[in-house]
Amino acid sequence: MDAQTLDGGFGSPPQESAQAFRAIMNATAQPGTIWQVAGAMPPAPVSVAAGVALLTLCDPETPLFLGASIDSPGLRDWITFHCGAPLVSADQARFALGIWDDLPLDDFALGTAEYPDRSATLIVELHALTDQGAVLRGPGIKDQAQLSLPETAAFQRNNALFPLGLDFIFTCGDRLAALPRSTRIG
Amino acid sequence: MTEYNFAYLDEQTKRMIRRAILKGLAIPGYQVPFASREMPMPYGWGTGGVQVSAAVLTPDDTLKVIDQGADDTTNAVSIRRFFQRTAGVAVTEKTTEASVIQTRHRIPEQALRADQIIVYQVPIPEPLRFLEPSEVETRKMHALEDYGLMHVKLYEDISQHGAIATAYAYPVKIEGRYVMDPSPIPKFDNPKLEMAAIQLFGAGREQRIYALPPYTKVVSLDFDDYPFQPSKADHCCAICGSTTSYLDELITDDAGGRMFICSDTDYCATRVEDAG
Repeated sequence: MDAQTLDGGFGSPPQESAQAFRAIMNATAQPGTIWQVAGAMPPAPVSVAAGVALLTLCDPETPLFLGASIDSPGLRDWITFHCGAPLVSADQARFALGIWDDLPLDDFALGTAEYPDRSATLIVELHALTDQGAVLRGPGIKDQAQLSLPETAAFQRNNALFPLGLDFIFTCGDRLAALPRSTRIG
Repeated sequence: MTEYNFAYLDEQTKRMIRRAILKGLAIPGYQVPFASREMPMPYGWGTGGVQVSAAVLTPDDTLKVIDQGADDTTNAVSIRRFFQRTAGVAVTEKTTEASVIQTRHRIPEQALRADQIIVYQVPIPEPLRFLEPSEVETRKMHALEDYGLMHVKLYEDISQHGAIATAYAYPVKIEGRYVMDPSPIPKFDNPKLEMAAIQLFGAGREQRIYALPPYTKVVSLDFDDYPFQPSKADHCCAICGSTTSYLDELITDDAGGRMFICSDTDYCATRVEDAG
């Protein structure tokens, strides 16, 4: 284990994870809004925002799937040291981290009719994250909002499954946004 | 401050609660099970609300706690002091100055803003519980969207009393999907459930968290010929004179004397101050 593995966590976890969670919660509650976060320095190519989301939400209770293009021994060591999340295949994961093409959407847990909360949350790294693009409507949005989604069809299919479905956190640099399953697209 | 972790709970517990809050926000009105912890206060005193507040508070927050609208009752004062001591957050009695408001059984009269969060203390989160005691059954009913029993209950109210007699914890339907208990707020407050702020509900003993994102569609259940009617005492406040706020009835003597005053103490005091 090299020293880099030990770096990059929160300096004062209780305060920094509280602030990070507030940003993630605001993003989830208001789809289309973009929030800045700080405090994590995960190994490249993982973004600050994705690192913050991992530190804030993942721990030994949350099996995590890593997309092939970001998976590396350095990242695995970093996650194991800072979060302790077991690294698993997509069908067993509660969280996933990857770029859009990395994530086998059909394999993740969607929840069940009686427990729709038992579904995966995907942290998706984007090259660009802006409030332009697909039109969003639904809970948390007054009239409509926009977000630069990597595509629309997959999210429309996901919304059609409501109350089942996947929830998404989009990360880019030190900024993040979210798209819960309740949001209607287009 | 040195003897507790920030906001009392350990980090692992907060992560578990935070994950439940996010799933709750993603599925508005659905009750997410969570591993409720024992808190240093009895069940019924807001252990669910306190755990949710502990999971969302940041060091920069200003906390307000109300109990049936009042900032100065035992329950409100003790919870406010609890977070002053364990999280070191600023506290206030002013609705407009608060960033997080924990409430027992009221929504403040002052409309809440998009940058505010309201946390409800919930005793029985399951709206169908008094109609169907089995959790296995009610879970199935939510899964199948089978809410006929609730309409039968409201119908029986009408057939017995001539009107829907449910005055508090009046059931609502969220985004046309889940029937939800808005906690024991008076039905006067139900129209305010569609608001700009994030609403979080915590039930400690029952181990459930649920949530409403801003502007979520909330419909109070009713019938075409018996529409939902928010109601209040037909008086004005004896202190500030408000005719629009929700009123508490106080018995003042043994001879039938009574007065009506605002249940929201900050709203009432602010009106008195403004009047001069």
